[in-house]
Amino acid sequence: MHVLLEPWQQGIVQRAFLELALVGILGGALGCWVVFHGFSYSAESLAHTMLPGLVVAALLGLPLVAGAAAGLAGGAVAIALAAQVPGVGRDASVAIVTTTLFGLGVLLALSPSSPPGLSGLLFGDPLGVTRGDVVLTAAIAAGSLGALATLHRVLLVVGFDRVNATAFGARPAFADAALLVLVAATLLVGVQALGNLLVLAVVIGPAATARLLVRRMAPMMALAAGIAIAGAVAGLYLSYYANTAAGASVAAALVASFLLALLACRIRDARPAPSAARPS
Amino acid sequence: MQALSLVEVEGLAAAYEGPRVLEDVSFTLRAGERIAVLGPNGGGKSTLFRVLLGLLPPAAGAVRVEGRCGFVPQTERSRLDYPVTALDVALMGTLTRVPWWRPLGRSERAGGRRALERVGLGGFEQRSFGALSGGQRQRVLVARALVQEAPVLLLDEPFIGVDRPSEELLERLISELAGEGRGILISTHDIDQARACDRVLCLNRRQVAFGPAASTLTKAVLEATYGEAIVALDAQAAILPAHHH
Repeated sequence: MHVLLEPWQQGIVQRAFLELALVGILGGALGCWVVFHGFSYSAESLAHTMLPGLVVAALLGLPLVAGAAAGLAGGAVAIALAAQVPGVGRDASVAIVTTTLFGLGVLLALSPSSPPGLSGLLFGDPLGVTRGDVVLTAAIAAGSLGALATLHRVLLVVGFDRVNATAFGARPAFADAALLVLVAATLLVGVQALGNLLVLAVVIGPAATARLLVRRMAPMMALAAGIAIAGAVAGLYLSYYANTAAGASVAAALVASFLLALLACRIRDARPAPSAARPS
Repeated sequence: MQALSLVEVEGLAAAYEGPRVLEDVSFTLRAGERIAVLGPNGGGKSTLFRVLLGLLPPAAGAVRVEGRCGFVPQTERSRLDYPVTALDVALMGTLTRVPWWRPLGRSERAGGRRALERVGLGGFEQRSFGALSGGQRQRVLVARALVQEAPVLLLDEPFIGVDRPSEELLERLISELAGEGRGILISTHDIDQARACDRVLCLNRRQVAFGPAASTLTKAVLEATYGEAIVALDAQAAILPAHHH
């Protein structure tokens, strides 16, 4: 029992868990929409569009979270606009915007006047979050979950039949823009704990797992949030006792839960019917 | 006494970016009336519906629609892997009348259940949409249009991929709805379906004819509507090339 309780006596572990749980609840719930709207690639790309914002903020001595916010907002709007250009598909528009912004970020980061240490933002550090980080994450998570609840019917109509959604009072462009802004908000608060490259694990992993197990959107969102919290717990234990990087451990736990669920579904589906002969 | 006209279209032309795909369309839809919109694929049936739904502005002419249009799109457009139940889909019809930010109340949910009962799917509320048969899915989409509570109903090829019991149920429901004073437009390329309606509107990129089904569906009109597509025609039936979807 002591082995299970020991890590939680430390303040940094408690704060890390709170931060990861909040990001997990938001990422899990939002991730279900991301997965069903085919936004996984957009979300990953958005994470990369944070880079120039982060670098510029560092150069100007502004809070990094403000730079990330500016970079993400600019990236989200640019992707939504580029997707509306006839003849440019969503994939291509995302690729154009992402490579442009990521290239810009790299150019700035490699300039002689840039401060060192930006590479730390790539992998995150949940054990380094402050009380202020947790409060900000809680506020943004609450706002974003409220927005998801409000947008639920519109998102459902657009995802169900995009071509005819407008006839039922839901504009696909509005739903897309809203989703991208919410993805940006999630990346913004998740980047501190999980970093630029791993933050997407908490958006895609739990949703992809929950999708295998339930058949309705609202329960799927709740299950994904639960899976993300479980992943945070498992990752923190792994990190504490195996002395691995905390962010990467959480990401690994989320991937492992997906693979387990996939395996379980395969076994269930492959089980022969009672009347069928069992191959030896 | 002349029944209230729900849709009035005069000299309508429509175009996407480019040349006109539909011209010279003039007709009225009266309350309690079923009009079949007959024509080949690409003949302008869906374009006419898009104009009536307010999704495509007319390139010329005047269109007046009394209130909203309820809409039943072709069932093959909807995703089968989407995590929604039959009731979830029916309740999507509320979005055109309950503001999007407002949560649905008990009365809307009850309305969704009633609509499903009306299409013969009482007890199917919690079934996964993707797990239903083609005919049941089409009936769920009709329930969604009923939830829209619109005086005008547009049905886009409602009998494609639909089993015989569902087809009979839908035909009965459509005449009931007309009996309640709704105006109904049904797009089809099936001449027998068109004969079952009160009037027919024949489209082949322009209006070929409009009038009562019995007197309008002549050999000349059908040839003008379908061009070379007609293989054989006699007094009883027209045989069209099979449409595969």
